[in-house]
Amino acid sequence: MKNLKRVDIIFGAYTQEKYKVLGETLKKSSDQIISEVTDSGLKGRGGAGFPTGLKWKYTANEADPIKYVVCNADEGEPGTFKDREILTRVPRKVFSGMAICAKAIGAKKGYLYLRGEYVYMLPDLMAELELFHKCVKENNLDFEIKISMGSGAYICGEESALFESIEGKRGEPRNKPPYPTVSGLFGKPTVINNVETFVNTLMIMRLGADEFKTLGTSDSRGSKLFSVSGDTPVAGIFELELGMSLEDFVEDFGDGDTKAVQVGGASGFCVPRKKFKDTIIGFEGVPTGGSMMLFNSSRSMYNVLKNYVEFFEEESCGQCTPCRVGCQQLKLGIEAVKKGEKSATYLDTLQKLADTMKVSAKCGLGQSVANSFSSIVDNFKEEMIY
Amino acid sequence: MANTVNLNIDGIDVSVEAGKTVLDAAKELNIHIPTLCYHEDLCVAGNCRVCVVEQEGAKNLVASCAMPAQEGMVIHTNTHKVRNARKHIVELLLSEHNADCTKCYKNKSCELQDLASDMIISENMFLDLVPEKNYTIDNFSPSIIKDDSKCIRCQRCVRTCHDLQHVSALGVAYKGDKMKISTFFENSMFDVVCTNCGQCVIRCPTGALIEKNYIEQVWDAIHDPNVHVVVQTAPATRIALGEEFGMEAGNIVTGKLAASLRRLGFDSVLDTDFSADLTIMEEGTELLTRLKKALVDKDASVKLPMFTSCSPGWVKYIEHMYPDYLDNLSTCKSPQQMFGALVKTYYAEKKKLDPAKIVSVSIMPCTAKKFEAARPEMRGSGYQDVDLGITTRELAVMIKQAGIDFNSLPDEKFDSLMGQSTGAAVIFGATGGVMEAALRTAYELVTGREVPFENLNITAVRGMEGVREASVKIENVLPAWSFLEGVELKTAIAHGLKNAHQIMDAIKAGTANYHFVEVMGCPGGCIGGGGQPIPTTPEIRQKRADAIYREDEGMEIRKSHENPEITQIYKEFLGEPLGHKSHELLHTHYVKRKRV
Ligand SMILES: Cc1cc2nc3c(=O)[nH]c(=O)nc-3n(C[C@H](O)[C@H](O)[C@H](O)COP(=O)(O)O)c2cc1C
Ligand code: SF4
Repeated sequence: MKNLKRVDIIFGAYTQEKYKVLGETLKKSSDQIISEVTDSGLKGRGGAGFPTGLKWKYTANEADPIKYVVCNADEGEPGTFKDREILTRVPRKVFSGMAICAKAIGAKKGYLYLRGEYVYMLPDLMAELELFHKCVKENNLDFEIKISMGSGAYICGEESALFESIEGKRGEPRNKPPYPTVSGLFGKPTVINNVETFVNTLMIMRLGADEFKTLGTSDSRGSKLFSVSGDTPVAGIFELELGMSLEDFVEDFGDGDTKAVQVGGASGFCVPRKKFKDTIIGFEGVPTGGSMMLFNSSRSMYNVLKNYVEFFEEESCGQCTPCRVGCQQLKLGIEAVKKGEKSATYLDTLQKLADTMKVSAKCGLGQSVANSFSSIVDNFKEEMIY
Repeated sequence: MANTVNLNIDGIDVSVEAGKTVLDAAKELNIHIPTLCYHEDLCVAGNCRVCVVEQEGAKNLVASCAMPAQEGMVIHTNTHKVRNARKHIVELLLSEHNADCTKCYKNKSCELQDLASDMIISENMFLDLVPEKNYTIDNFSPSIIKDDSKCIRCQRCVRTCHDLQHVSALGVAYKGDKMKISTFFENSMFDVVCTNCGQCVIRCPTGALIEKNYIEQVWDAIHDPNVHVVVQTAPATRIALGEEFGMEAGNIVTGKLAASLRRLGFDSVLDTDFSADLTIMEEGTELLTRLKKALVDKDASVKLPMFTSCSPGWVKYIEHMYPDYLDNLSTCKSPQQMFGALVKTYYAEKKKLDPAKIVSVSIMPCTAKKFEAARPEMRGSGYQDVDLGITTRELAVMIKQAGIDFNSLPDEKFDSLMGQSTGAAVIFGATGGVMEAALRTAYELVTGREVPFENLNITAVRGMEGVREASVKIENVLPAWSFLEGVELKTAIAHGLKNAHQIMDAIKAGTANYHFVEVMGCPGGCIGGGGQPIPTTPEIRQKRADAIYREDEGMEIRKSHENPEITQIYKEFLGEPLGHKSHELLHTHYVKRKRV
């Protein structure tokens, strides 16, 4: 690595004594925990980047005696594979983060919603859970975690669809408001965070908010796991400081011929070479749940886009018009332009359609299709036509 | 006021109750926001997105049907952004919809068509998705046709079937581009738990769910010189048919109904009300017999409570969902079927007609009546008792086809044999009506006195509450009924199958202890039936019910046992209630059906 500093917090070694940090943290009050998480500036690692401290505070403020903590381990975004690694290598940190949240908001029950394909992890996770449950008991915390399995639908990573799925219903996003902090799982106030977010909260408890803040920028505190894939000699998972420039990233990870990077997976943005220099990876620039896909000049961006649109066409839950029908139209539309059945100006019609999807779809899936669609069509128009 | 929120829509301030939506608030200002998936009877889905509006400060548009009105909100319903999005959305819906409007049964009564026409959509903005999908039409059910090529996935039907009716024959299957409204294992509507109630049909905004119409068959019969076509019309049709001709809900058009049927060319224009009265005689006697067997003979095989059996949607529901309770169902056929059995026996005899040459048609507020008519049990006369059941809506189509100006028709009467009715029969059309009619007769039979309610109006059993209970103390009985002295007759009423489910679960759990339970499959009873004019809303159903009770009050005879034609038929033909002939023609049995 020439430009970027590697960080080693998430996967760093466990403390010698099992669940030491958790035990110490559970001695703190709910307010202390929440203010420390808030001070750290931590934002959610699942993609949307909502301030974690605020989410916990809102939920803690709800009067309902029944609340839930949910860990989103659905990891469905194309090009993201870091939660798998976390759950394999440091599951204890995830459970600890959930317990800290439980203490902070006053929840007695937690769910880990695990991506269907990760079912092979179950034996190890269950073994760790046994230790965990013993530990929380010893620390007088009444909190139990259950593991709930996904079945391979990308939409079930969307928080409200995930709740529906745990409740045994069809995984379809709900109307918002109400938000999960008020009415989440089983209609109760719920904190839902990404796997990595929970690990970060534990690390904030271990390091303190001040030290956590020394990493990253004012808008994007801390470090982040990146899932690097595509045309790179060093594919894999890397923990890096947030707020880097894409140019530095490409210098470290590219194969010397990078023409574009898809930041944030299929629902993220495509950045072309000419914009690498001015693009910051973080909440102030282009945010990402971790997926970084590099494409070199041998790749057809038409194929890349078509692949994404096909993904959305299939993974849309299908309930709302803009997303269900819009995705089909975008796919057939670019095919028709490519085949010459529609003129190049039809791309403008499709761009407008993507804009409508962005402002009118019911959930984040349909709303974010325009991200990749517009950024690829804008930047690689010729490849769409010829 | 603490419980109100203040917001501003299109520059106008408005205060609404907390909990109301932006759409509700706009309605108060008479600002029309187009909707599709929204329906007053159903929980909010927010999935069609047609009702999007702009909220100041929000990045995206919001669905007004699902967005709670909040203090200080500033909403714009008619901006460039809103109009563009709505137009796109309707264009998208059209692209996945088989928009062959001129060949569609719902042509001119389609909500999608209305939206498209309001927006002046003159060309296909997007590619036509229909040819890709290889849709097939499910027309195996005698009641309902399901055509997925017309479906816009608003899920009104799913919410109706699940939330209102607790049947869940319809559900969402698959996801993404393959997402569709389907049945268990994609079986035909004929082979699943569908009760044929048609509540989905009256809420489908397009032509995806429609009644199977028998209009051409009825015309064929009318035009066939070799057959005698008899028509019967159900109580609830006469207070709703006017809506099809632009009248307000709640207009009573009994006279025009009779006149229009005569002009259409039916040979005899008769009234299901007659057999509703007959039902009361049979069912009332059955109830008293069951009570006697249970209370005096201590016969444990007699099942109580007794359930009414006039609603074919309810009958099929219990056959699927609570088959252990089939013996609790009254063995009485529904008025439609009693009528049918008598047309080809009693009526044929009296009129000296060959029953093989009679075509018996019914006009019903109901789609399940089509299924009921086709049941193999319903051939007591030796023929199919009712040949063709059509809905209020189909009748309206026929009247229009015939060029009849319905609104200017004179009031005429029904023909005489099996054409006379009472107020008790009319109220069969509203929830609680059968109960009220039965009480009017049974109480009098037992005590020799009229029911102790002012003007015979048993208001305790009326209303729109989903489940209602009422009890009547029976005192000073006639000697023959001494075993009923002092008995408190406990009754319950439910309408809409979800409420039926609630009562059944209470009965099953042993927490409810009734003698007699009236259940109507549709919300509001027959006035809200799946064959009635579209739309249906709580307000419309209330107006129709009010009309039913007005009609009752205006009748000369208001008790079933006083109908002279009823006296006559027992004297000349049937003998006595529950007698041998009745048993043969007017009673039936039920079958256990599978749960899926
Ligand atoms: C279509 C869709 C899929 C999503 N998938 C995931 C996922 O797999 N994992 C995840 O953590 N968040 C996912 N999210 C984001 C969640 O809805 C939610 O914002 C997140 O779990 C909150 O956690 P955080 O605040 O810790 O980021 C998805 C969102 C959408 C719209
Ligand atoms: S945007 Fe797509 S995934 Fe989200 S609710 Fe609508 S159809 Fe479902």
